Amino acid sequence: MRARVFLMLSAVLVLATLAIDLLLIPSLAVTESEKLLIQFSPIFYWHIPVAWIALFAFLCVFIASIAYLVKRKPFWDIVATTSAELGVVFTTLFLLTGSIWAKYAWGTWWEWDARLTSSLVLWIIYVAYFLVRAYISSLEQRARFAAVFGILGFLDVPIVILTLFVSRQMHPGDAAFHLDKWQQMTALTVGVLAFTALYFALLFFVIHLREDASELARLKQSVEEKENE
Amino acid sequence: MSDTGYIVAAFAVVWAGLLIYVFVLMQHERALRKEIAALKEGMKKA
Repeated sequence: MRARVFLMLSAVLVLATLAIDLLLIPSLAVTESEKLLIQFSPIFYWHIPVAWIALFAFLCVFIASIAYLVKRKPFWDIVATTSAELGVVFTTLFLLTGSIWAKYAWGTWWEWDARLTSSLVLWIIYVAYFLVRAYISSLEQRARFAAVFGILGFLDVPIVILTLFVSRQMHPGDAAFHLDKWQQMTALTVGVLAFTALYFALLFFVIHLREDASELARLKQSVEEKENE
Repeated sequence: MSDTGYIVAAFAVVWAGLLIYVFVLMQHERALRKEIAALKEGMKKA
C-alpha cells in the first residue's frame, strides 16, 4: 500500500515534469534578450525546484530537531534524520545542476562567490551531521547530539537565501522573482509543486523503512532472548 | 558541448540521481521485508 502511494506520487511528478518540458518551448520563444535566454535556460526550471526542496528539507530537520529536544520521542529523530538525508541528496543535485548551468552560461564550472560557497558549506554541514550520528553508539545520546547539530546547521540556510538579494557576483540574483511571462511562472510553479510532492512521498517512504528496520531489530532481540532461555 | 548537451546533462543528472536513490531505497525495503518474513517464519517454527 505504502509503495503504491509512493509510486503514484512519483508518477505525478513525472507527468508534471513532462508538462514543464512542454511549457518550456513557448516560454523560451517569448524570451527577448540573449541575457534572459541564458538566465532562463531550461536548467533553471529544475535547478530552482531542487534547490527549494533542499532548503525546505533542512527547515524540516530544524523543526523536527526542536520537537525531539522538547518531546524526546524517537519519531522526531527519525523525521529529522530522513529529512537531512533527503536534504543532502537534493543539495548534491542542485550543486551539480548549478555547476552545469554555470558552465553553459558563464563558461566556468565553479566560482567561489557567496551563493555557491554558502551552498557548498550547507552540504558539508549536513554530511557532517551523518558523521556525528555514525560516531555515537548510544541511541539517546546520538539523537540528542544530532538534534543540536541539526538546529545549529540550519543557521546556514538563511545565509544561502540572503545571498540571493545581497550577492551580486556570477550567480544571477533574485531572477525567480522577476518572471514576467505566464509560461515561465507556470513552468516554475509546476516544478516546485512536483518536487515538493516528491519530497513528501520520499519522506513518508523512508520513515516507514526506518520503522520496518526498528521492527526487525525488535524481532531479532526477542529471538535472542528466546535462545538464551 | 552544445547548448542542448548542457540541458540534457542537467536533466540526466537530476533524474539519474533521483532514480538511483529510489532504487537503493527499494532494494533496502525488499531486503528488510525478506529478513522480517524469515524471522517471523523461524519464530513460528520454534
